[in-house]
Amino acid sequence: MVQLKVNGVQRSFDGEPDMPLLWYLRDVLALTGTKFGCGMALCGACTVHQNGKAIRSCITTMQRAAGSEIRTIEDIAVNGLHPVQKSWMEVNVPQCGYCQSGQIMQAISLLNEKQKPTDEDIDDGMSGNICRCGTYQRIRAAIKAAGGERA
Amino acid sequence: MNTITNVSRRSFLQGALSAGALVLSVRFVPEALWAADTPSGSRADQAALHPHVYVGVDTDGTVYIIAHRSEMGTTSRTSLPLVLAEELDADWSRVKVQQAIGDPRYGSQDTDGSHSIREFYEPMRQAGATARLMLLRAAAQQWGVPEAECATDPHVVVHKTSGKKAGYGELATAAATFPVPKKNELKFKPQSAWRYVGKGQASYDLEDICTGKAKFGMDARVEDMVYASIEHPPVLGGKLKSFDEKGPLLVKGVRQTVVIDPFTPPHHFQPLGGIAVIADNTWSAMKGRQKLKAVWDDGPHAVYNSDQYKKELQKAARQPAKAARNQGDVDTAFAQGGKVIEAEYYVPHLAHASMEPPVALADYRDGKVTIWASTQNPQAVQEVVSEKLGVPKENVTCHVPLLGGGFGRKSKPDYAAEAAILSKKVGRPVKVVWSREDDIRFDYYHTVSAMYMKAALGTDGLPTAWLQRSVFPSIGSTFNVNGTAAGAGELQQGWTDLPFNIPNMRAENSGAAAHLRIGWLRSVANIYHCFAAQSFADECAHAAGRDSLEYLLALIGPSRIVDVKKSAPDYPNYGGSLETYPIDTARYRHVIEVVAEKSGWGNKNLGKGQGMGIAVHRSFLTYVATVVQVEVNDQGELRIPRVDTAVDAGLIVNPEATRNQFEGAAVFGTSLARFGEITATHGVVDQSNFDSYPVSRMNEAPYRTNVYIVESSAPPAGVGEPGVPPFAPALCNAIFAATGKRVRELPLSRAKLGA
Repeated sequence: MVQLKVNGVQRSFDGEPDMPLLWYLRDVLALTGTKFGCGMALCGACTVHQNGKAIRSCITTMQRAAGSEIRTIEDIAVNGLHPVQKSWMEVNVPQCGYCQSGQIMQAISLLNEKQKPTDEDIDDGMSGNICRCGTYQRIRAAIKAAGGERA
Repeated sequence: MNTITNVSRRSFLQGALSAGALVLSVRFVPEALWAADTPSGSRADQAALHPHVYVGVDTDGTVYIIAHRSEMGTTSRTSLPLVLAEELDADWSRVKVQQAIGDPRYGSQDTDGSHSIREFYEPMRQAGATARLMLLRAAAQQWGVPEAECATDPHVVVHKTSGKKAGYGELATAAATFPVPKKNELKFKPQSAWRYVGKGQASYDLEDICTGKAKFGMDARVEDMVYASIEHPPVLGGKLKSFDEKGPLLVKGVRQTVVIDPFTPPHHFQPLGGIAVIADNTWSAMKGRQKLKAVWDDGPHAVYNSDQYKKELQKAARQPAKAARNQGDVDTAFAQGGKVIEAEYYVPHLAHASMEPPVALADYRDGKVTIWASTQNPQAVQEVVSEKLGVPKENVTCHVPLLGGGFGRKSKPDYAAEAAILSKKVGRPVKVVWSREDDIRFDYYHTVSAMYMKAALGTDGLPTAWLQRSVFPSIGSTFNVNGTAAGAGELQQGWTDLPFNIPNMRAENSGAAAHLRIGWLRSVANIYHCFAAQSFADECAHAAGRDSLEYLLALIGPSRIVDVKKSAPDYPNYGGSLETYPIDTARYRHVIEVVAEKSGWGNKNLGKGQGMGIAVHRSFLTYVATVVQVEVNDQGELRIPRVDTAVDAGLIVNPEATRNQFEGAAVFGTSLARFGEITATHGVVDQSNFDSYPVSRMNEAPYRTNVYIVESSAPPAGVGEPGVPPFAPALCNAIFAATGKRVRELPLSRAKLGA
């Protein structure tokens, strides 16, 4: 039996301990904001926070998630839009939008570590998240804008 | 003929309107009234004759507009309803967009070919103007005043003389009793009064996307559904000999395995066949599938080896082929001499790799099927499911959630048919989820092509003769077992439409056998044709010792309409008439001049390893010129600090969305130019995920793409695809300027750019 907290709610899971957290979130809890893109931590569409840090839920087994606090995109705007979400909307980042939950979770984690990231910081922090529509320059602009708002 | 209906009881609106509300619904472009006014044969005409796009005004003033095209990131779901809202004079904040199910009465719903705005701009504005006039007439009657004294402000009708006002909601019930006005009665807003068209709006789904609430095909759920992961035959057309299901059945959560029959050629949109592992969740289905032991009969396509095939294509490209366009006398002109240059180009297969892999959920009950599919083409879902399950098309209901990208892949609904077949066999709703590996290994690939180019340059450095020849397996192979020869639809894309002012010109093509499923990928044949033609133009400029941009303008020549039909009688012009959408060299020239100025062409002090390249192209009736700036260091590492692109797409509804499309096209172009390559060994595709089929990441993409939208009074054209074709040649021309190395084969990851 795996115990963990998801978006502030205590949960227990008695399924296969090697099930990736991604499929527990999506198929069991119906938290579908977190997306499946590659299953190999190559694209970042599945990014969630584990104890406040961005991780790839597609390769994080339930066993490894045990005892931790998981936060998904659904929990980010519970008290109004997060500054990163606001700047994402102001800059009009998304096209199809499928990767954007993961991009936003990654960006929040980056800004938590560095309030005013440089271009290099942004490249380093965000290059694990693929956007096939190619919204990268807007993602960069939105991160800079959110960094300014937080400063 | 009564075209007014109470749509609150119709499934189209899915119960969105309040019960008991009298609702105005305009069945737009009524056939009997307007059919004679529309040009026949176009896709817009088909829409006009089968008009069931709805606008509803509820008694509380909420305006419901149906979006009948799929949303995959191009904002068609926002921009088309916006056109209707403009002419209705609706307040956009009170508009609710409802996504249509698949239904031929909407006209074409196949969201491809960059034509949503082009084909539906007119119908949508007519629908809006019709509803507005009916509301206005209802108010005039209520007040007992002449219609001419009434006007509208957003969401209200105003009596100009007295200042009296009535909201759209209050008027809806009365308006619904009026006959639908004739088209010649409609009054459209002058452009100066536009609030939305040309100014745009953010995506209707923006906040939902940013908060994780937006529902994509991947997110569809119904009660009691089970999940399927499907092992396809590794080689196209392969057949199952035997399999052992013991392994999968030992995995917790796995319920059963189900065999899906192979297709009967041609494969068209049929499932590939294979073995489905059915489970309680996606992970168990995928894990169970890994334990499956299957033995396949690979069939004839096991002969496909990309290395060998490439040599055959290149050899064929050196042989004379069928002329698709012939102007003047190329052979005589070559015989007269001049400086002759030749070059060969090659572009491999590409995969779409949308972030959301193919996915569909189907629920079969009592001869009826309900489907939620990430599809660009819900009517094709109806067709293929109907055919495979033997149920009438009307019994197939296809819902269209948001698509996590499409790029042409999701116009082919094989995966939706898989879900329907499985639901019928399993007796429960089944969700089919393709893995990334399935997506890359079983795509409808962009074709593979070889091009041969030859020109004779006169004393002024300009060509007196130009011969271009392309060889590739055609998309026709997907629909016809003998479909090896390219169709006019492929040849028009950057080949028969060459706008150069050259007296002797021939565009040739020969077909080749297809061994993978071939399909459309964002901008299609324009990718390789434009790569060859615009790279070769740059080679000619260099051979002539002239500036690339100035030479490109000289090649295009004076402003004129290119009479392409004279030398290429089959030229289809993307389904648009040549009267409305001629090949206009003035528009080519203009986008080049704009991008020249904005990019600082010729005025920049570029350092060692830096260079700029240009390419221009018309596709989907839109003119685009792109300048790419590169830096290449001694190790051959490439950086793209800046891209400038000028766009003339006629009337633009949503400029911000348009800029987004062209920024994205630069990244898409970077991906295909730098990394894109699908190969096969013994018929099996070698690539499988983003490690072996990389696409551009942030640090590899252009740092900054500036998009300049040219003011244009021309009718609307496409914006989703036209940014892609000129990117790769502009990039490679820039690499040549920076390093002196000419790249004639993609992807660049195979080239050695270092010192």
